[in-house]
Amino acid sequence: MDGNLNMIGYGLAAIGPGVGIGLIFAAYISGVARQPEAQGRLQSIAILGFALAEALAIIGIALAFVL
Amino acid sequence: MFGITMAESEGGEFLAPGPNSFDFSEVPLFHIGGLAVTKPMVQLLLGAVIVFVFFYAAARRATLVPGRLQFAGEAAYGMVRNSIGRDIIGSKDYAKFVPYLVTLFFFLLINNAFASIPAIQFPTFSRASMAYALAGLSWVIYNGVGIHKHGLLGYLKLQSVPSGVSPVMYPLLVPLEFFSNILVRPATLALRLFANMFAGHLLLILFSTGGLFLLEYGGIGYVAGPLAWVLAIAISFLELLVQFLQAYVFTLLNAMYISGALADEH
Repeated sequence: MDGNLNMIGYGLAAIGPGVGIGLIFAAYISGVARQPEAQGRLQSIAILGFALAEALAIIGIALAFVL
Repeated sequence: MFGITMAESEGGEFLAPGPNSFDFSEVPLFHIGGLAVTKPMVQLLLGAVIVFVFFYAAARRATLVPGRLQFAGEAAYGMVRNSIGRDIIGSKDYAKFVPYLVTLFFFLLINNAFASIPAIQFPTFSRASMAYALAGLSWVIYNGVGIHKHGLLGYLKLQSVPSGVSPVMYPLLVPLEFFSNILVRPATLALRLFANMFAGHLLLILFSTGGLFLLEYGGIGYVAGPLAWVLAIAISFLELLVQFLQAYVFTLLNAMYISGALADEH
């Protein structure tokens, strides 16, 4: 069974976006808990932030396969 | 499918699934002229046909009191129209983009759902080229809309000169903003969809073929193999969520880019 060191690197690189996405949704959940009527507006902001943080992990997985 | 994934667990050594598991060029379904037609191509076409037939049938005999099919079609249309179109683009300009957004969302949703539909079980957009094509379309649309509204120079200024920043920072920020808003956006848009579908399907292949290998290996494999299959089932449910979420995020970001291109200067 052979592996590739790139994958370990990708695993390490995914920590950052993982923490970031966790923080974004934590803030979203507490925002909705405090002010449930703002959910509609918060949702799109949260998903935008999630998409931007996730972009880093995605660039990572692309590079892990390419390099 | 087509013996690709099964062949990997045969023999003594476990061959981990990789990008090769997604390559259908060796096993085309049929040929048209000199062009080999593979499974993802057929799925792409099938997805477009399903979306067209569903909305055509739902809208064909529209009545004041909607029937079951019309109700489903209207609910689906209204969800994208209101929660993505109107909320993001704004009630002034959103109407002309609704057809694009609705079609895009359901096209993506069907094509992602193919990953979990028995007998198909392959997400179309785990082939990167398909995702690049969709992102290219969205790049043309949001840039075209912006240039149409602001003119070429006005649009470039809108996208690359951040407002509320002192001009001293411009040499640093303007190239960065241009790079991020014009060049990187379509790439991340495509890669996000591709990588999510790719990684999810790879996990499923890994747990199913790995479970089979462990079971054949014997010993501790009699425990670990079925456990891997249980995890494969759990991941299938996670994938259902990811499929919906990625279709939603792709459409939402499209709407955000369009609204960013339409925005007036502050």
